Amino acid sequence: MNNIEINQQIKLQRRHSRKAGIFEKKLVKEAVRQSLTMLDPRIMVGNPVMFVTEIGAALTTMIIISDLWSKSPDAGYTFIVAVVLWLTVLFGNFAGALAEARGKAQTESLKMTRRSTPARKLLHNQQTEEVPSTALNAGDIIIVQAGEIIPGDGEILEGAASVDESAVTGESAPVLREAGGDCSGVTGGTRLLSDQLIVRITCGAGDSFLDRMIALVEGASRQKTPNELALTVTLAGLTLAFLMVTATLLPIGKFFGTVIPVPTLVALLVCLIPTTIGALLSAIGIAGMDRALSANILAKSGKAVELAGDIDTLLIDKTGTITVGNRQATEYYPLTGVDTETLAVAVTVASFGDQTPEGRSVLTLGEERLGNKFPAEDSNAKLIPFSAQTRLSGVDIGSDNYRKGSFDAICKYIRQQGGTIPEELQGVVEKVAVKGSTPLVVTENNRVLGVLELSDILKVGIQERFARLRAMGLRIVMVTGDNKLTAATIAREAGVDDFIAEARPEAKLEYIRREQKQGRLVAMMGDGTNDAPALAQADIGVAMNSGTQAAKEAGNMVDLDSDPTKLIEVIEIGKQLLITRGALTTFSIANDMAKYFAIVPAMFILAMPQLGIMNVMNLATPHSAILSALIFNAVIIPLLIPVAIKGVKYRPAGADSLLRRNLLIYGLGGVVLPFIGIKLIDMLLELLKLA
Amino acid sequence: MSILFTILFFIVAIAVSWPLGYFLFRVMEPGPKLSPLHAGLERFITRIGGKFITQGSDWKEYSIAMLIFNALIFAAVFLVLLGQSVLPLNPDGKGPLELSMIFHTVASFVTNTNQQHYSGEVSLSYFSQLALMWLQFVTPAVGLAALAAICRALSGSTDVGNFYRDTLRATLFILLPMAVIVGLILAFSGVPMTLGGTIKAITLEGPEQLISRGPAAAFVAIKQLGTNGGGFFGPNSAHPFENPSFFTNAIECLCIIIIPMACVWMFGRITGRMKHALVIFIVMGSLMIACAGLAEYFENAPARALTGLAVAQNVGNQEGKELRFGTEASALWSVVATSTSNGSGNCMYDSLNPLTLLLPLFGMWSNVAFGGVGVGFINMFMYVIIGVFICGMMVGRSPEYLARKVETAEMKVALLALLVHPLLILGCTAWFAMTPLGIDTVGNPGSHGFTEILYEFTSAAANNGSGMGGLKNSTVPWNVVAGIVMLLARFIPIILPLAIAGMLAAKKPVPETSGTLHTDRTLFGFVLLGSVIFIGALLFLPVAVLGPIAEHLSVLTK
Repeated sequence: MNNIEINQQIKLQRRHSRKAGIFEKKLVKEAVRQSLTMLDPRIMVGNPVMFVTEIGAALTTMIIISDLWSKSPDAGYTFIVAVVLWLTVLFGNFAGALAEARGKAQTESLKMTRRSTPARKLLHNQQTEEVPSTALNAGDIIIVQAGEIIPGDGEILEGAASVDESAVTGESAPVLREAGGDCSGVTGGTRLLSDQLIVRITCGAGDSFLDRMIALVEGASRQKTPNELALTVTLAGLTLAFLMVTATLLPIGKFFGTVIPVPTLVALLVCLIPTTIGALLSAIGIAGMDRALSANILAKSGKAVELAGDIDTLLIDKTGTITVGNRQATEYYPLTGVDTETLAVAVTVASFGDQTPEGRSVLTLGEERLGNKFPAEDSNAKLIPFSAQTRLSGVDIGSDNYRKGSFDAICKYIRQQGGTIPEELQGVVEKVAVKGSTPLVVTENNRVLGVLELSDILKVGIQERFARLRAMGLRIVMVTGDNKLTAATIAREAGVDDFIAEARPEAKLEYIRREQKQGRLVAMMGDGTNDAPALAQADIGVAMNSGTQAAKEAGNMVDLDSDPTKLIEVIEIGKQLLITRGALTTFSIANDMAKYFAIVPAMFILAMPQLGIMNVMNLATPHSAILSALIFNAVIIPLLIPVAIKGVKYRPAGADSLLRRNLLIYGLGGVVLPFIGIKLIDMLLELLKLA
Repeated sequence: MSILFTILFFIVAIAVSWPLGYFLFRVMEPGPKLSPLHAGLERFITRIGGKFITQGSDWKEYSIAMLIFNALIFAAVFLVLLGQSVLPLNPDGKGPLELSMIFHTVASFVTNTNQQHYSGEVSLSYFSQLALMWLQFVTPAVGLAALAAICRALSGSTDVGNFYRDTLRATLFILLPMAVIVGLILAFSGVPMTLGGTIKAITLEGPEQLISRGPAAAFVAIKQLGTNGGGFFGPNSAHPFENPSFFTNAIECLCIIIIPMACVWMFGRITGRMKHALVIFIVMGSLMIACAGLAEYFENAPARALTGLAVAQNVGNQEGKELRFGTEASALWSVVATSTSNGSGNCMYDSLNPLTLLLPLFGMWSNVAFGGVGVGFINMFMYVIIGVFICGMMVGRSPEYLARKVETAEMKVALLALLVHPLLILGCTAWFAMTPLGIDTVGNPGSHGFTEILYEFTSAAANNGSGMGGLKNSTVPWNVVAGIVMLLARFIPIILPLAIAGMLAAKKPVPETSGTLHTDRTLFGFVLLGSVIFIGALLFLPVAVLGPIAEHLSVLTK
């Protein structure tokens, strides 16, 4: 298989891995095997809740032996309790293992990009030497030619070329990479489509962002994030509390002349301790990283992703994020005595040769407004390109000259042509400028026809998006090189909270520092080397993959798509991570109410028959009551795996509406659902005559 | 009539608590503009305390000062009780108490519990009673001081104040004047106030009777105000000299609750978060009003022994009640005195209907429906932290409380603080229920006997001090173990929350935005209520079922 085929295959895999269903056969198989090896107590001890469950399962298993020895009639019951307990532990392991397997499936394709490929290293004597890519070190200089795979992450020293990055990003459109600009970064595993590049390797094999992210997603080098650690401590504390509740019931039972069987006590304990969240906690964390990777975000650590949920201030570049690339023609302002059509035709003709985005937008506007009156392009036309001296552009057709340019340039041109500048022109120009737009004056020969407005076009839906972000409590700050007047106009239209106009790199840094001094967490995105200090200062600095190495190293995330709106997704992933943890914890604790009502009367019913009235679910027998609660407790884990892996549905909204919604679903739902579930399981057990 | 009394009671209590909260705030945190009287008083305590009381401290120094102070008052009162036979003011020549009894009594009063394994008028000299009364002033002041320190920390200051100055302020400017006013009202309403000894009286039937008296009015006033609850007389507020009439009953019941209620407003004022305080107040109030309503409802059923007999069935459970109060005022008192950590009683808890008894138990298990002076709010603070942590994540940010992030270190401490309470209650109850230590001392078999043991430890661990009766609790093991439980249950749940507040204060504040969990909205009230019920109360559900609920059901099914 040659490089190109491998590349093709990687691309397909990468797309496929994102669409994979949660319980895909191959992944499940892998996870089942993994969950058995995870029964090792040395691994389990990291998860206190599930560790206690495992000890309970082991204890109950030993009791089966003693039950059999003493020919106890309860042996069958003890056996079922033991089985369900082991299943609970396995379900928990399975959840974590499945999340890991999914992560691995996704990284599998990325890892192929890390495979050894031949590289041509440039030696001091200008000779090249072929070495495997795995032997490349940071600082090595290599040459890559069209059709070859770029052997490692690096920065372009010489040349410009189009690169197919689909193996890494999944996007098939080739991208331009060139030396010297803000698009000088290349990623190992991507394929050069044209030309030749000289690249300096910046990360040795196994050391790049991608390598780190692969390790994070696979769970290998995953460390508990601060919030996850705090939750683990909380769950351990709750486990201890319920251990106390159940352990004291044994002597208290003796006061009433009842000996509560140990399996029943273990069942009560396991039902009460927060096994649901305990089992799903690691899956939630891994899945969070996985979601980040699916969004083509490489994070330096899990902590960074979690922190993203706490961001207060967002620094967003105007161009490309808030507005569509460049300015566009939006309106005609004919002077008195000129009709709009004349002006439209004149400026359209003047723009025929203009290949700049602004020029093309003039044609688009013309097509839109003139319809069938759109002028035909004259093949005899002589194009007058924009030059630094005249600062105008246009067309000469025969003796007719059409020009467009800035007010100053046109004034100079008209005077040279011997024409006069109408008095009203200055007023029209100012009117357009005040709106934050750029006025272009249009002339035909020595007559000024009117003004064309070039303005920034907001991206579709950006206002709504910002409104949602602001509802979440985020402050959005627009960064632009425009002057204050223009910046203010766009800021107002887009609905941002603040803007930095005429922004220099230092201005960003200062702004970030000022925000941080007030306790705010700041996120920003950047690509250029001069963004590096600000990226390093920001709490979340997302560097574009196309950007310079300096930028990538300064930030704590890299966006493979180099998409400036990605910050918003990062924040949502971070928030979703926390919400999922909180929701499942609440659910887990809320479940205890129903479990109490199932188990406690069943435990003491022999000593105190009057407690039968507390059997509100009307469960068949004491044993079936206990087993139903225990089985519910076990099966809820795999049932909630999709929630843990996909994350609780997140809607950008304020804290109050999020809390209300989640409290209702996971709090109230957590109280009600087990009553129904336990009753159903009890009915099933009765039907099967299992208890 | 009964419902009206209860409604009126809560309306008056809430109405009084509001200005009182402002008063507590002004005393504990005097601003720059003081009235001449207040300024004079402040100068006075500065003069007696000197530099010792003007220096600020961080939470650790504050905790250490509190522990040292409590060790000293423990030692002092221990010596007084030990030597009461040779000390003055002993007109009836009372002898020394047994050593474990002294330990229990002193631990009980130092911890603001006032659990009594002795009978006041029988065993203690007036001097000993006065020493205990002194503790009844000082220990609620310690609670107020600790709360003030926590409030300061939560408003962002790492300097939490000076323990000695706080305690002096609370004792001299809050508790003393309030006790004088209430004492006078009680004295005018017929509560004795004398240092004269026992009176000999010849009854109508001829035999001679000894009638105890003493400085009861002063004692009762502070007993009620400081959530103390230790009666001057053995029968506590059921005794006609402690609580002669329906009017004094209403006043005394009101006195139990007004300072704990005012503590919530004090928190709101010191931290500048009145709306948050209001939410907490409503949660506490709902818990207490719900308990009071249920208790009165359950107590309106006739006593189990009388069920179905040819006696009036519609007068409620009159067993163990003082007829001048009736079932409603008794049930109300039993809830108010146990939801706060007062623990006084105006009726016999042993005779309450089993389900009624569940409510005092619930009050002590949760220990937050206003709770003890100062400490009730501190207990609630722990539930706030847990609620904020678990539910706070559901808004998609790392949990934060009052603009400070709640992280692993704080959660460790918060859980430890929350675990102490059930550990002491359940652990000790299990221990005594399985050994002769407890089995031989219960007054009844089965569920009721179990409830007696459970109640005693619950009361000790909640620093409540109320006694259910029936239990022979004056044994050495009961004295020693209950004494230790009270000490642990007093200081651990003060120091750990103080530590959390101190740790939070040391953090960089985060700005509050619309994305932040709002602690001043109705929704947060539900979060808080949920944490109290699911984390505080559910731990006790099994023992509740085995004790009062099983007893109630056995009566039903008989």
